[in-house]
Amino acid sequence: MAVTEVRISIHTTGLNPKDIAEKIKGQFPDQVIDVAEFRDQVSVIIKRDQAVAVLKYLHDDPVLSFDHLQDLTAVDYKGKKDIRFEVVYNLYSTRYRHHIRIRAQVPENDTKINSAVPVWSGADWHERECFDMFGIEFTGHPDLRRILMPEDWEGYPLRKDYPLKGPELDKDWPGFTDVLKRSKELREFDWEG
Amino acid sequence: MIQKEAEKIFETRELNVNMGPQHPATHGVLRLVLDIDGETIVKVTPYVGYLHRGIEKLGESLSYFQALPLTDRMDYVSAMSNNIGYVVAVEKLFGIEAPERAKFIRTIVGEMSRISNHLLWLATHALDIGAMTVFLYCFREREWLLDLFEMICGARLTVTYPRVGGVRNDVPQEFLESLWKFTDEFPSRILEYETLIDQNRIWLQRTVDIGVISAEEAINMGMTGPTLRGSGVPYDIRKHMPYDAYDKVDFDVPIGTKGDTYDRYRCRMLELRQSNNIIRQLIEKLPPGPVMVDDPKFTLPPKDKMMPITHPTKEIAYFILEKACKGCGMCMRACPAKAITGEKKAAHKINQALCVNCANCLVTCKFKSVTVVSGGKGLSDEKLAELAVAPDQLPEDIKQAQQLLVKQFEFIKKGPKAPEGDLYVATEVPKGELGFYFVSDGSGKPFRMRLRAPSFIHAGCLPRLCVGHLVADVIAAIGTIDIVLGECDR
Repeated sequence: MAVTEVRISIHTTGLNPKDIAEKIKGQFPDQVIDVAEFRDQVSVIIKRDQAVAVLKYLHDDPVLSFDHLQDLTAVDYKGKKDIRFEVVYNLYSTRYRHHIRIRAQVPENDTKINSAVPVWSGADWHERECFDMFGIEFTGHPDLRRILMPEDWEGYPLRKDYPLKGPELDKDWPGFTDVLKRSKELREFDWEG
Repeated sequence: MIQKEAEKIFETRELNVNMGPQHPATHGVLRLVLDIDGETIVKVTPYVGYLHRGIEKLGESLSYFQALPLTDRMDYVSAMSNNIGYVVAVEKLFGIEAPERAKFIRTIVGEMSRISNHLLWLATHALDIGAMTVFLYCFREREWLLDLFEMICGARLTVTYPRVGGVRNDVPQEFLESLWKFTDEFPSRILEYETLIDQNRIWLQRTVDIGVISAEEAINMGMTGPTLRGSGVPYDIRKHMPYDAYDKVDFDVPIGTKGDTYDRYRCRMLELRQSNNIIRQLIEKLPPGPVMVDDPKFTLPPKDKMMPITHPTKEIAYFILEKACKGCGMCMRACPAKAITGEKKAAHKINQALCVNCANCLVTCKFKSVTVVSGGKGLSDEKLAELAVAPDQLPEDIKQAQQLLVKQFEFIKKGPKAPEGDLYVATEVPKGELGFYFVSDGSGKPFRMRLRAPSFIHAGCLPRLCVGHLVADVIAAIGTIDIVLGECDR
């Protein structure tokens, strides 16, 4: 039979995320801005210029071997941080079982960062979604189009200055009151007799 | 010779075909634009987003506890697993641990959800390829599991049964008995499905060597779950990053070798048996104890001690004290029954005939002018004015019930504050890796809530799986990656 059942141990063997952060710092001393830790998860905050070089190093290095891009997303820190956007890469090594998070800072006036598709082809749709929701342009992406929103949509919905709700329906669309009136009439209509 | 002559006369070109969004084999509203040369696929362009509801944006406007029902609506085929993924992530963010019994129950229902998801997958996958009987067999067993879900929480699909800090309520004994009986019978039922298709010549022709993907490529594309394991990568989050009770059970992970549609099918069939085995172990080991974390910060006040709000009682009436009321109008706006009337800066009045005893006015009033009259329901306003006392002179038990009610309102509306920081927590849902990335700014609502949906990534892999195959194999490819578009579009 082609499919076999294997026993996988639950003990982690990977490197300590702090050591990985140190390794990145050693390799790219002028790129790393800060290292943050929360609940045993370590994020390395880097400049965006060499972001893909850092990711490529993490992917190709035989000791690190981050083969699995768990997640790629962006965060809008409007009003919280000086540099507005951060592109977040959650990386995992299925071979060594360690995890690291890379956060690349992207300023508001020039929302561009190099694409990670050459490193992980799975980054394709993640980056399209980031572009769709935050307006971050990934240079070198093979097919950067909107993905979840319609192609002619204006604005970037997940930005903090994008409203949660639209204007009120009855003010925006006069026909709405007619529909309400009609439905009220129908509700009172005696269907039985 | 004839062919060459024909090529001279007829012009051949690629044909552009729209498949979907409304196509029964696309498992939801997925649109594929196929460029075909004869019957061979040259290019596939998937279009998604028809079910986009902005769950990530909505999550930013809701407290951590309110966003839980949204996760049901992502992968509605295995809602329980989504709920578990969410609560595990939020628990880690708050730094709390659910009690042991709750963890076991969550693992049991999570595995039940895996079985019911794989059954639906097998049913539709086989139906797409042309085996009708399997569909009916699978739904027979899925029905049993959905009835069990109904027994513990009243819902079959959108369950919202797990809670941050445990589960909603303990499972009844008859649930465990029925589930045990299910696990007794289920292995023989799996054999029934396999008899129908496992060595079926048509099934083999439609699945073997279709949509082959190598291990390196699969992991590079971000595939997870059985879709990845079919290619031979032993990556299972239940083993790599154990959550809930997965470190206390003994199970194997099936992995394939070739990475074709047949291997992925076999992986899922073996996973059904493993899940069945896990449930049996957990029922045997199920420890006694509470099912909710013992911390008033994360639990609602007990209902029997709180002021009644859901059941209008005959005994209690709410009354506005004329002297204390400043006429701000807050209670008027808060009243859902529109029972409160009054001019600005003059004392307001509750119309007792309309009042539904919801206590919204009591919670909103800042001047302590709303009070409770025990046994006051049905009395006239004059009589109530005689009986009414200031809120701080009320009997102790009513006062306490009031405080609990205010606490409940605050818990629902604001929610407990999370520590500042960001974290990513992944769980193994039936379709792959479901990740939650939270950025917390120290308030009761997430600053950013990101959902990493496995179906989204898998739908992105469709072009790679289809190109070079025939049009009919696109259907097999959509089935084999097991996508649900509600989760893909979020």
